[in-house]
Amino acid sequence: MATILVHVMPKPEILDPQGKAVGAAMARLGYEGIAEVRQGKRFEITVDGEVTDELLEKIREAAVTLLSNPVIEDVVQVKVVGQGCGCGGHGHGEHAHAGHGHKDLLK
Amino acid sequence: MTARIGVVTFPGSLDDRDAARAVKLAGAEAVSLWHADASLHDVDAVVLPGGFSYGDYLRAGAIARFAPIMDKIVDAAKGGMPVLGICNGFQILTEVHLLPGSMIKNDHRAFVCRDQTLRVENAETAWTSEYRQGEEIVVPLKNQDGQYVADERTLDELEAEGRVVFRYVGWNPNGSRRDIAGICNAQGNVVGLMPHPEHAVEVGFGPDSREKGRAGTDGLAFFTSAIKNLVSA
Repeated sequence: MATILVHVMPKPEILDPQGKAVGAAMARLGYEGIAEVRQGKRFEITVDGEVTDELLEKIREAAVTLLSNPVIEDVVQVKVVGQGCGCGGHGHGEHAHAGHGHKDLLK
Repeated sequence: MTARIGVVTFPGSLDDRDAARAVKLAGAEAVSLWHADASLHDVDAVVLPGGFSYGDYLRAGAIARFAPIMDKIVDAAKGGMPVLGICNGFQILTEVHLLPGSMIKNDHRAFVCRDQTLRVENAETAWTSEYRQGEEIVVPLKNQDGQYVADERTLDELEAEGRVVFRYVGWNPNGSRRDIAGICNAQGNVVGLMPHPEHAVEVGFGPDSREKGRAGTDGLAFFTSAIKNLVSA
């Protein structure tokens, strides 16, 4: 089992009402010094077996067709996390893989 | 010959029955189409109704555009079949790239429901030929993702080619770029708009008119336009 992370954000020039609402709530709650909040979407796509280049290509395609709308959103990251890489015993979060050379596939 | 106008039902469509009723009141046969159907059942035109297909999950219209019937609708639309997208139907038409741009949350971040005045900016499309150029009409508007956005180049193209079909008058209810309420494709057979003409087709159930409460039927000409163009085609 492996997981592919796809991270989508509203384009900078597009109004982000969810982010604005969250930012306003933070100000009301007394969190100071916050200039702006923008809210995106994080997809965790778990696949059977290893992540092949072919599969990644398909996920990248899905990222710009189904998962995001290029008119209003940017795909900022497509990345493999939690790949069974033989190092054993770690959790499935991407942080456990720092330094393991997992590919950051878009940027 | 009676024109056959299909109305597609997606999971989460709300206004499919009202749209079918509008088609009937205008004098055509209303044909119910199911999103998972791969056939258009020989209809002459299609209406994509309002609602919240797939709960608006992901983005409004984003999942509905991949429904099996949408492939057929895209092919037929490219061949000239009249297609009207109302509200969620408009969102689906942008997601499936039959119309440019996209809809995001209203600028004031609230759901809006009101009788809305629109100006007919193009009375030569398949769905607006029974209006007069520049005519002002009142139909209900109800949405939360109604703010039409597109890049400046696309907006300039739409304006230059006369593809802005409706503009909001009096108040822009959602922050849409250049007060745009509805647009069409280059051929004028595909029209999408956020307001709801199918809710203004019968006295007693429409918006208030100058003469009488709930007597407005300004939306009916969408459907009579399509029927007239189909019969004369």
